[in-house]
Amino acid sequence: MPLLEVRDLHTQFHTRDGVVRAVDGVTFELSAGETLGLVGESGCGKSVTALSLMRLIPQPPGKIAQGEIVFDGQDVLKMDDDDVRGIRGNNIAMIFQDPMTSLNPVLTISRQISEALELHLKMDRSEARKRTVELLELVGIPSAKKRLDDYPHQFSGGMRQRVMIAMALSCNPKLILADEPTTALDVTIQAQILDLLRNLAREFRTAFILITHDLGVVAGMTQRIHVMYAGRIVEKADTAELFANPKMPYTWGLLRSIPRLDERRKEKLVPIEGLPPDLISLPPGCKFEPRCQYRRDVCREREPELASVPNAKPDHEARCWGTQGVPGGGWLIDTDWRREIGSTEVLEEIKQEVAQVPGEAAQTTTADLPPSVTQKEGM
Amino acid sequence: MAGLVVIVLAALVALLAPLIAPYDPTTVRDGTGRQAPTLADPVWGDPRYTDPRYPLGTDQIGRDILSRLVWGARVSMLVGFVPVALIFVIGATVGMVAGWYGGWVDQILMRVTDVIYAFPDLLFLIIIMATLRNTALGDLMGGLVLMFAAIAVVNWVGMARLVRGQVLSLREREFVEAARATGVPARRIMARHLFPNALAPVIVAVAFGIPSAMLGEATLSFIGIGVRPPTPTWGAMINEGFQVFSASPWPVMLPATCIGVVMLSFTFLGDGLRDAIDPRMKLG
Repeated sequence: MPLLEVRDLHTQFHTRDGVVRAVDGVTFELSAGETLGLVGESGCGKSVTALSLMRLIPQPPGKIAQGEIVFDGQDVLKMDDDDVRGIRGNNIAMIFQDPMTSLNPVLTISRQISEALELHLKMDRSEARKRTVELLELVGIPSAKKRLDDYPHQFSGGMRQRVMIAMALSCNPKLILADEPTTALDVTIQAQILDLLRNLAREFRTAFILITHDLGVVAGMTQRIHVMYAGRIVEKADTAELFANPKMPYTWGLLRSIPRLDERRKEKLVPIEGLPPDLISLPPGCKFEPRCQYRRDVCREREPELASVPNAKPDHEARCWGTQGVPGGGWLIDTDWRREIGSTEVLEEIKQEVAQVPGEAAQTTTADLPPSVTQKEGM
Repeated sequence: MAGLVVIVLAALVALLAPLIAPYDPTTVRDGTGRQAPTLADPVWGDPRYTDPRYPLGTDQIGRDILSRLVWGARVSMLVGFVPVALIFVIGATVGMVAGWYGGWVDQILMRVTDVIYAFPDLLFLIIIMATLRNTALGDLMGGLVLMFAAIAVVNWVGMARLVRGQVLSLREREFVEAARATGVPARRIMARHLFPNALAPVIVAVAFGIPSAMLGEATLSFIGIGVRPPTPTWGAMINEGFQVFSASPWPVMLPATCIGVVMLSFTFLGDGLRDAIDPRMKLG
């Protein structure tokens, strides 16, 4: 039985402008000790998925409208509040993006780490303190004993993220959710933190879900990767397979936009043109269609299912008509994403469409012009 | 700093009133009354009307003014600290609950505070004191308990609004979400995570709240609906002395000076605390 099963999860936010479908039918599972990467642009529903797993969606305006989240045989969405609190920090722990703001500035490090120990493992003060020292040593904080009563501002960014990892590990959780754990850190520290996370997760056999917008971060970290777009999973594969043999044009776009050390230096970085769709009024067809250079008419009409790809590993699935052996589809099955970048006419169309979006276009033009010019234009 | 010294002195005087005061504050010492302070003798007083036994003179019915001032400090200090402690407890609780839960809880609590806030403070105080003065509550400790309650009821709303504002901004901070993700119950988040972070402006508000509570007591006593006579309070002394002001200014001027100095000290203290706590002020 898998540790975590998410079935058809829908998380929505009710706003004045309409219902934002932040997560719209996400299904995946995770076995004990397995590591999974959730990858996608900002606003594609990665963090909301993670928060939904712990039922931390602010209510209102948020709401988990539909779905099942079965953790360790129990549906998290059907639990009462006390039971959910018993899971948070105890069985599922979370590491947040910005260690500068996710530690309470007025509490000492030891009190913050002890909190989970006292709450979930019912330790008393001195036991918790002892355990805190061990945890701090585990995450590589030098002279941990002396630093117990320091406040967060006395720690550097990387050290604070180590403290956050110590907090997450404190109760030996079965699952750790790491939401962009290195985004706020210096590049030099990022690798250390990622190594630490991976090694500790391996050592404790903790499953973790690593959420990031950076495919480079998940490359060496996770066994499987799920690529998300507009609140749904658009490609699922194990990590090596995804990098060697990506199938969905959105994944290609992500791969083209990150530099690689094992490629020729002259390789150009190609951004994905266009903007992520408005989650209030989604297009009826494939959600990536408006930005896709490989699109055909069928993409606009109906949304494809997440289905396995013919010439790939069996558990490799993609949500794309181009890779599915159905009538009218399948034109991308043999496409080499590195050579064929799709139709240039479509690319021009997409660029023009973006220029016509009123808010965004106006912003870019005014930002490029000196203030005096924009003022005259305004008059 | 000077403010703190005066406040500590006044607090000591209040605590040690029975030891410091030379006489009982409520017994009539001499039949003549209205003795001028000995200190003022060469300039002001007629030797016939001063008495070295009463360094600050006696009031219109012959009670020692120094003793009354010393005992009055006790009432003033009590009135400064007890209602403000009540204000702190009520205001912080209401503000915290309203800010944290939001929604209809917030709506109800904040509309109640709005109503109380809309009343003119002094009028509200006078109404409470005047109507409840002759009940059992009004009799407790010579009316002091009612005074505490009245000042607290009128003034907790400012504290509630302040705390609510703090909580509204703090609860969106990531460390609160991190605490929720650790499974910390709401009550514990409020007590351990939100409250200490909201404390800085609350301390300043308390420092300013104390003198305003003292002033409230003095005002009420001055218009005759404060603490019951013969309990000596500075406001009541001004009230009583006022009747003989044209003949002898001392029974009014001495307690007025005491009120002024102590109030000023608390204001200095509040200013100092605000500067120390607010990082933006340090740059200037």
